[in-house]
Amino acid sequence: MKKVSVSFTLNGNTVTAEVPVTWTLLKTLREYFELTGAKEGCGVGECGACTVILDGEAVNSCLCPIPEVEGKSVTTIEGLANEDGTLHPLQEAFLKNNGVQCGFCTSGMLMSSKALLDQNPDPTEDDIRTSIAGNFCRCTGYVQIVESIEMAAKESK
Amino acid sequence: MIDCDYLRPDNLEEALGLLKEHGPRATLIAGGTDVMAKIRNTKKTPEVLVSIRGLKDLKYIDKRSGYHIGALTTHRMLEQSELVKAELSALHDGASRVGSVQVRNVATLGGNICNAAPSADTAGPLLVLDALVFMEGPEGIRSVPITEFFTGTYKTVLKKDEVLTEIKIPGEMEHFGSAYWKHSRRKAMNLPILGIAVSLKLEGEIISDVRIALTVAAPTPVRANKAEDFLKGKALSDEALNEAGKIAASTECCSLRDSLRGEAWYRGEIIEVYVPRMARLAAERIAQRRSK
Ligand SMILES: Cc1cc2nc3c(=O)[nH]c(=O)nc-3n(C[C@H](O)[C@H](O)[C@H](O)COP(=O)(O)OP(=O)(O)OC[C@H]3O[C@@H](n4cnc5c(N)ncnc54)[C@H](O)[C@@H]3O)c2cc1C
Ligand code: FES
Ligand code: FES
Repeated sequence: MKKVSVSFTLNGNTVTAEVPVTWTLLKTLREYFELTGAKEGCGVGECGACTVILDGEAVNSCLCPIPEVEGKSVTTIEGLANEDGTLHPLQEAFLKNNGVQCGFCTSGMLMSSKALLDQNPDPTEDDIRTSIAGNFCRCTGYVQIVESIEMAAKESK
Repeated sequence: MIDCDYLRPDNLEEALGLLKEHGPRATLIAGGTDVMAKIRNTKKTPEVLVSIRGLKDLKYIDKRSGYHIGALTTHRMLEQSELVKAELSALHDGASRVGSVQVRNVATLGGNICNAAPSADTAGPLLVLDALVFMEGPEGIRSVPITEFFTGTYKTVLKKDEVLTEIKIPGEMEHFGSAYWKHSRRKAMNLPILGIAVSLKLEGEIISDVRIALTVAAPTPVRANKAEDFLKGKALSDEALNEAGKIAASTECCSLRDSLRGEAWYRGEIIEVYVPRMARLAAERIAQRRSK
């Protein structure tokens, strides 16, 4: 199988992956780097469980061919908390508001909402709902998730 | 995915060279949202993928004697453009409703048109904006009106060795108002049961020009010419708009299809209701711009 060597920044560190050319970013994260925070739900862009931040924008890592990541910067859920282990305000808010039930959607929800708050620190409820419209949650009914993001936005100010 | 070559040319010339070199074995990939989902769903990988994602020169929204939009412009860029929102409102409506933020961040306008799904959310808007599609291949550059671009479901006039480079909307859209309605069950992450786009130009209360497009209704996006002809020169009134809705829904304009997402009779009723609504919204947008 043809392999490619792809170098990029992963959660702040420069890394190189040697993987089959047909792998996606999601597969590379999970199987090469063993970062299993990003989940595979559908594998075709529908569920958002695989969301990561690529050069500042939320993307579905399941739809991203690994060669496209060359020279880019990727942030995954594993890169969200501070190095000393203190949680990101979004993570704190999800915990306080029961924004997590089974947890399968959570890493994707957090990455989508981080991309939102990075670009728009003062979002409306509509902005929040739009930002997570591509993230399916089968447990919470979304209300606690929206409240969590609202709280994190307020507390980050 | 099985084995394949993944080639990332730096410029258009190189991309065209690679398409020529690999012929039918090559598939072009832009944002990849359709291509990657198809690979996954069919478990078939093209032998050669030629990625044009790195062609930064094809990513732009410019206004100079008309509007020029590069093929690699993402739906997110269209959604966030004040110019598109104000002057090409129907395109803004369509692009903002494609998939999710994650999809819109990578999916391109060119890809949406080249994929030519009946449900493509930018097709109707581009039809009522009278867009021209520019393609470049071994024989040089050519353009066709968007009305001639789609030849069937998932089929276009684009040749295997050509790249769509630009969508051009000829000038003066400042005087038009336009709107697109994506009729779907949910607000997000859903393909349309029907798409209805309307653009119009008003002189006083008289509709001096109007274009109506229907998508998903038939195998390719269509203009409702009969309904347009009926409206042209009439005063903007509920009676006229409602009648235009009826004509657009009739077999005079297109033979509606039954599909999993919606039956023909239902599509007809939605057209009848939403053609007038979109025309009114387009007119309101003209008024809003004038009052600014
Ligand atoms: C989860 C999900 C939700 C979606 N929701 C919607 C939706 O709501 N509405 C909608 O309209 N679409 C939707 N789509 C479809 C898709 O995102 C759009 O059609 C998108 O615009 C395709 O652009 P792309 O750059 O990703 O195309 P790609 O996948 O890269 O390419 C699509 C096709 O066009 C060809 N192509 C691409 N660019 C060019 C070019 N410049 N010249 C020549 N050929 C080219 C490719 O060879 C391929 O055949 C969705 C897709 C996914 C995965
Ligand atoms: S796994 Fe990527 S969107 Fe579902
Ligand atoms: S918490 Fe279970 S899917 Fe969202």
